[in-house]
Amino acid sequence: MRELTYNEAAVEAVAEEMRRDPKIFYMSTDPIPPLLKEFGPQRIKATPIAEAALTGMGIGAAGSGFRPIVDWRQVTFCFVAMDQIVNQAAKIHYMFGGQVTFPILFRASVGGGGRIAAQHSQSPYSMFMNVAGLKMYLPSTPYDMKGLLKTAIRDNSPVISFESGRLMTSKGQVPDEDYTIPLGKADVKREGSDVTVVALAWLVHEALAAAETLADEGVSVEVIDPRTLVPLDADAIRSSVQKTGRLLIADEAGPTAGFSAEVAAVVTEDAATFARLNAPVRRVCALQVPIPYSPVLENHVFPDRNRILAGIRELLAR
Amino acid sequence: MTNLSPNLPPDKQREMLRKMLTIRRFEERASDDYLAGKIYGVVHCYIGEEAAAVGVCSALDHGDRIISTHRGHGHCIAKGADLKRMMAELYGRQAGYCKGKGGSMHIADFDIGMLGANGIVAGGIAIVTGAGLAAQMEGKGGVAVSFFGDGASNAGPFHECLNIAATWKLPMLYVCENNMYAAQTPAAATHALSDVASRAAGYGIPGVVVDGNDVFAVYQAAHAAVERARSGGGPTLIECKTYRWRAHTERRGQPDLRDRAEVETWMRRDPIAMLAQQLCEQGELDSAGLQAMEDEIAHALEAAVAFAEASPFPLPDQAVEDVFAS
Repeated sequence: MRELTYNEAAVEAVAEEMRRDPKIFYMSTDPIPPLLKEFGPQRIKATPIAEAALTGMGIGAAGSGFRPIVDWRQVTFCFVAMDQIVNQAAKIHYMFGGQVTFPILFRASVGGGGRIAAQHSQSPYSMFMNVAGLKMYLPSTPYDMKGLLKTAIRDNSPVISFESGRLMTSKGQVPDEDYTIPLGKADVKREGSDVTVVALAWLVHEALAAAETLADEGVSVEVIDPRTLVPLDADAIRSSVQKTGRLLIADEAGPTAGFSAEVAAVVTEDAATFARLNAPVRRVCALQVPIPYSPVLENHVFPDRNRILAGIRELLAR
Repeated sequence: MTNLSPNLPPDKQREMLRKMLTIRRFEERASDDYLAGKIYGVVHCYIGEEAAAVGVCSALDHGDRIISTHRGHGHCIAKGADLKRMMAELYGRQAGYCKGKGGSMHIADFDIGMLGANGIVAGGIAIVTGAGLAAQMEGKGGVAVSFFGDGASNAGPFHECLNIAATWKLPMLYVCENNMYAAQTPAAATHALSDVASRAAGYGIPGVVVDGNDVFAVYQAAHAAVERARSGGGPTLIECKTYRWRAHTERRGQPDLRDRAEVETWMRRDPIAMLAQQLCEQGELDSAGLQAMEDEIAHALEAAVAFAEASPFPLPDQAVEDVFAS
């Protein structure tokens, strides 16, 4: 084991996979220096700022036997490529009757907290969850990042690696040896018996902090990190809620038609889980607004450990 | 019409005619069957533009890759697609190229380098540019061809991709089939310049205007562009000036706002009749030979329709298959 940052874990995953498979190449508007140094400009391609073209070219190269990685950098930059993502990448394997596979990895940083305002801060994963044909994940630790990213590169479908901007420099233990983490498998970040908190990325850490505070008060909080958004590990979420009887969902995105809404539906539409609920499902999300610049405003928009704490207390009061 | 008889073997010239005639007869049948309710949704006919697909694809090898548009039957046939599986796809059957999931606008055959008809205008340009990038990285001399219309030349991906292909010297042909209308809207209303090919200058690549109804002129331009691409010279933009005889789609009552005199003028420049006449004048074909070709195509189409009708519809549960790769 050694300590790596979240970003270092991602770069290490890419480098290891590129050493293993010569069909992998990387396209982004700004090459990552250590990758460029090791693999050279033929495999680490510096591209024009033309995300629609890059995304489509990735699809075409994937359909021609390569395994491209297309790095959009900020998720907001990929919105100019929505036709290529939604109409092309997500649909063409299905639309062409599964003739060939399109193994392509898209990378995008999400979230807020950087004081970079609305066009560089967003968590729009539920927009993509709504599109059939795309897999996606959002890790909360360097360990999860590396294991999921390696799995995603080896997957034969288009996968989006959503990566938390706030967590890029956060550190964690990563094994020396090769490992992968399967897509579609949630991780219990803390076991507990009184309330379940389902959280993603940065909010996993905020939920763990809230759980620590409540532990001192004799309240046992279970923190579930789904890690993968599509396919979602509904079984893990349902079985936790069946145990605790209470569910709070924390998300850095707004609530409307969001990840949090999907988790709430997965829990409440299941009769066995619904029957065990002792309180209404509670969501702690960002306010449904574009992300503002001023720290006072931005801090107000995002949920944090205090709002999670307050939400859990409300659930327990019922 | 361009005379390429010294350069092209007679067999190949007759094959070009046979392909063009196959496209036309296939689409006539598809239109009839669509109006009879056997084919669903929407059908866009390529009739009148056959020389563009056949002229370009005749300059390609089996391993070269192409991408097409919503008006894609012609490119499929020109690249060598199987009429049976095409017709079965139009009929929405299991034995279709896409197992009944694509229909007329989405026929693909990756085994022959046909990367799909694409229903979004300009949607395929970036994808096939990625196939060109793949060909460059493979280093085996392969090329890739983007077929698109005058409408797509006004969309962002056209410009983004020409810039990248020119900068990276990708082995690409960008073939604009300028049929003068984007659905109902005349090109003159949406283009600042009369020639799409002149935009090549902005990317430092050759831009060539050809008579898109003259299959030998198209072939000659494509052949030169393919040689340039294979030898590392980079992309070429070829504009085929042509015309669609039918309305934008085959839907009954589909309005056609074009001037009838204009339509008829272009129909008198029928690319198939022009080629057949030239082959006859060169002594490479006679009326019996032409009739034999017609009979052979009619037979193949009857076989394709019989194959389609004999193929079962997909099972409803197959709707959930192939969302993800296994």
